[in-house]
Amino acid sequence: MNWTLVLPELVLALAGLAALVAGVLPKRDTSFAINMGVFGAMLLAAVLVMAQPEGTAFAGQYVSDAFTRFMKLLVLAGAALGLLVAMDWNVKEGLAKFEFPLLLLFSSLGMMVMVSANDLIALYLGLELLSLSLYVIAAFNRDSERSAEAGLKYFILGSLASGLLLYGASLIYGFAGSTNFDRIADAVSATEGVPFGLVVGLVFVLAALAFKVSAVPFHMWTPDVYEGAPTPVTAFFASAPKVAAIALLTRVAAGPFGELVEQWQQVLILASLGSMILGALAAIGQKNIKRLMAYSSIGHIGYALMGLAVGSDLGIRGLLLYMAIYLFTNVGAFAVLVAMRRNGRALEGIDDLAGLGRTDPAMALAMTVFMLSMAGIPPLAGFFGKLYVFLAAVYGGYWTLAVVGVLTSAVSAYYYLRVIKVMYFDAGEALDARPTSLSVVLAGTGLFTVFFFAFPAPFLAAAQAAVAALVG
Amino acid sequence: MLTIGLGHYLTVSAILFVLGVLGIFLNRKNVIVILMSIELLLLSVNLNMVAFSAALQDLTGQVFALFILTVAAAEAAIGLAIVVIYFRNRGSIEVEDISTLKG
Repeated sequence: MNWTLVLPELVLALAGLAALVAGVLPKRDTSFAINMGVFGAMLLAAVLVMAQPEGTAFAGQYVSDAFTRFMKLLVLAGAALGLLVAMDWNVKEGLAKFEFPLLLLFSSLGMMVMVSANDLIALYLGLELLSLSLYVIAAFNRDSERSAEAGLKYFILGSLASGLLLYGASLIYGFAGSTNFDRIADAVSATEGVPFGLVVGLVFVLAALAFKVSAVPFHMWTPDVYEGAPTPVTAFFASAPKVAAIALLTRVAAGPFGELVEQWQQVLILASLGSMILGALAAIGQKNIKRLMAYSSIGHIGYALMGLAVGSDLGIRGLLLYMAIYLFTNVGAFAVLVAMRRNGRALEGIDDLAGLGRTDPAMALAMTVFMLSMAGIPPLAGFFGKLYVFLAAVYGGYWTLAVVGVLTSAVSAYYYLRVIKVMYFDAGEALDARPTSLSVVLAGTGLFTVFFFAFPAPFLAAAQAAVAALVG
Repeated sequence: MLTIGLGHYLTVSAILFVLGVLGIFLNRKNVIVILMSIELLLLSVNLNMVAFSAALQDLTGQVFALFILTVAAAEAAIGLAIVVIYFRNRGSIEVEDISTLKG
C-alpha cells in the first residue's frame, strides 16, 4: 500500500479534522485563525502535490500522474483564492463563522479525490464530498431568503444529477464487470463489441458530469444559484469545482471510454455548441452582474468542452490551458464583484459599477483587463485560451465548432464591453474602499492575465505533460 | 416455474428510477416529496448494484451499495437542514413558491 501517494489529501483531511476541533473549543472568535490555518493547509497540500510521486494506490482506485498534478494545483489555487476573496466579505456580512473555511477545505479534498479517481467508487465519493459541501455554502447566508433558495435549488438538482451518475455507474459496473477504470477500458476495447448497457451507462454519467460543469442542456440551475448565493461563494462555484468537474469529465471520456470516442463525441459537440450559443445570447439582457457572470461561465464551459469534443491530444491540451486561464480570470473578475459595496451594503447591479473609472481607476483597469480577456481580445490570456481550442478544432476538421465559437465570442464581446462602458462613461458614486486581501487577489490575477503572453511556455509544457500522462 | 433473474431486478429498479425522476419534475406540491423522490432514485440504484453484484459473483457492487447508503444519509440530513432554513425565511415549502430567483 502506497500511503505517500495520498499525502496531500491526508494533510487536507487531518487539517480539516483539527479545524473542526479548534472550531468548537469554547474560545471567542477563532474564525480568523481557522481561515489562516485552512489557507496554510491548502498551500502545504499544493507543495506536496508538486512533490507527489506518480503511480496508483489502493488497489488501482487512486492514480497520481502529470494530469492529476496539473489539475490539483489549479483546484487548490482556485480554493485558496476563493478563501482570500471571501474573508473580508464574511466579516462585513456577519458570516465570519469557522464553518466557511472548513467547507472550502472539505470541498477541495473532494475535488482532489475526483481528480485522482481511477474507480467509479472513488469518483462518486469525491464528487459527493464536493457536492455536499457546496450545497451547504450555497445556503451559507441562512438568514437570506435568496441564499436559502439557491441552496435548495442546487441541492435538488444536484441530487438528481448524483442519481443519474449512480444509475450510469451501476450499468457500467454491471456490463463491464468492474468499477475500475482500467478494467472498464479492457471491457470497452473487447473485440466482440461493446455491450449496449455500457453505452447507456456512459450517457448517464456524461449527463451528470455535464450538470456539474453546467453545460447546456443541464445548465438551468446555474443562473439562479449564482445569483442567490453570497458573492464570494459564487466566485468559488465558478472556479475550482468547474475545473475539477472538467478534469473528471476528461478522465472518464479519454481514459476508460477512450475507445468509444464516436459515442461521446456527438454528445459533447452538441453540449459545446449549445453552451456557447446560450452563454452568448442569454447574458445580453441581464441587469444583475452575478447572473451575467453565470451565463458567461456557461459560455466558457462551451469553449472548454470544444477542446474535449474534438477528441485529439491537441484539443485536450487546449482544454487544460483554457481552464487554467479561465480560473484566474474568473477569480479576478469576481474579486471586483465582491468589492462592490456602497455605504456597507453589497451591490450586484451592473449599473452599480458606474463611475468606477473615475472613483477607483485601479480596480476599473483590472476589471477592464478581465472583461477583455474573457471576450478573447489579444494579447490578454483569454485570447490564448480560445486560440488553442479553436486551433485544435480547425486541425481536427470541426469547422462548425470553430466558426460558431468565433461568432459567439463576437456576440459575447458586446456584454463584456457594456460593463467597461458603464465603468468609464456613466456617472456614479464611489464605492467603499476595497480591503487589502481583494487588492492582492486583483493584482495577482490581473498581472497573470496581462502577462500570460510573455511566459506561456511553462503552462504549455505542463499541459502537454498532463495530456501525455492521460492519453499515453 | 418462473425464476426471478437479473432482468427482473433491472426492470424493477428502472421503474423505481423513472418514478423518482418523475416525482422530482411532476411534483407541484411539496419539497418533502422531492426529498423522498431523491431517496427513491438512490435506492433504485442500490437495487441495481446488488443485483449486478449477485449476478457477477463480485462483491464490489455490494460495497458500492453500502457507500451509497452512507452518502444518501448525509445527503438527506443536509437536504432537510436546507429545507428548514428555507422554511424559516419564507414560511412555506410549496414548490410553486420557490421562485424568487428567475429571469
